[in-house]
Amino acid sequence: MKIVTICGAGIGSSGILKVNAERVLRKLDISAEVVAADIASVREVAADAQVILTSAEFVDAIGKTNASVIVIENYFDTAELTTKLETALGS
Amino acid sequence: MTLPPLPQSAIVIAAQAADWRAAVTLAGDALARSGAARPGYSGEMIRMIEEHGPYVVIAPGLALAHARPGPDVLAEGLSIVTLATPVNFGHPYNDPVRVILGLAVTSSSEHLAAVAAVANVFNDSTAISDLAAATSVEEVLAIMGVS
Repeated sequence: MKIVTICGAGIGSSGILKVNAERVLRKLDISAEVVAADIASVREVAADAQVILTSAEFVDAIGKTNASVIVIENYFDTAELTTKLETALGS
Repeated sequence: MTLPPLPQSAIVIAAQAADWRAAVTLAGDALARSGAARPGYSGEMIRMIEEHGPYVVIAPGLALAHARPGPDVLAEGLSIVTLATPVNFGHPYNDPVRVILGLAVTSSSEHLAAVAAVANVFNDSTAISDLAAATSVEEVLAIMGVS
């Protein structure tokens, strides 16, 4: 499984989301590749992704995609990430 | 996992900022003082927000100001600015902002270790309010786990 985290620069915020998503996935015992990328490369990077994690600001720019787009409000709240990832992955 | 360098010169407590641009500029000025960035880096961080919106407000009360690696970044570094009066960034959930982290990284590949260390600090949900209430540089360093 592939999960992509998206922000404006592809560093910083998307990096924090990647690190925390990996922590949550480990706890859920789900193996997935998590890639941080910038919004300019979303089409290419997320082409084979199941889930895109991002902020509300990027939903329109991400546009049509086969991946589930999940908006994270608090990037440091691993409880929020856990609930939303569990829902998206149907586990 | 260690935080990017956070010298005392990169910490500003209870600063006054008229708006989010002024607040981000303070975080950029702090990175310039510590030698992590050139003065132009503030403008780059502001342009990221102008271009993409206030997504840098990644948690209630906290903005992670940053731009891409580039000529204005001299070394990896972190700055912390706390505001006497919170400012709004226009974020749908996480306004108002009382703490701005400024982040400069020299390459995309090296930055993950740095942000992992930042995440370690802030996955403790009290860290943001503790920073906002800090009254000394020493207190900020203790919250950040820098000795």
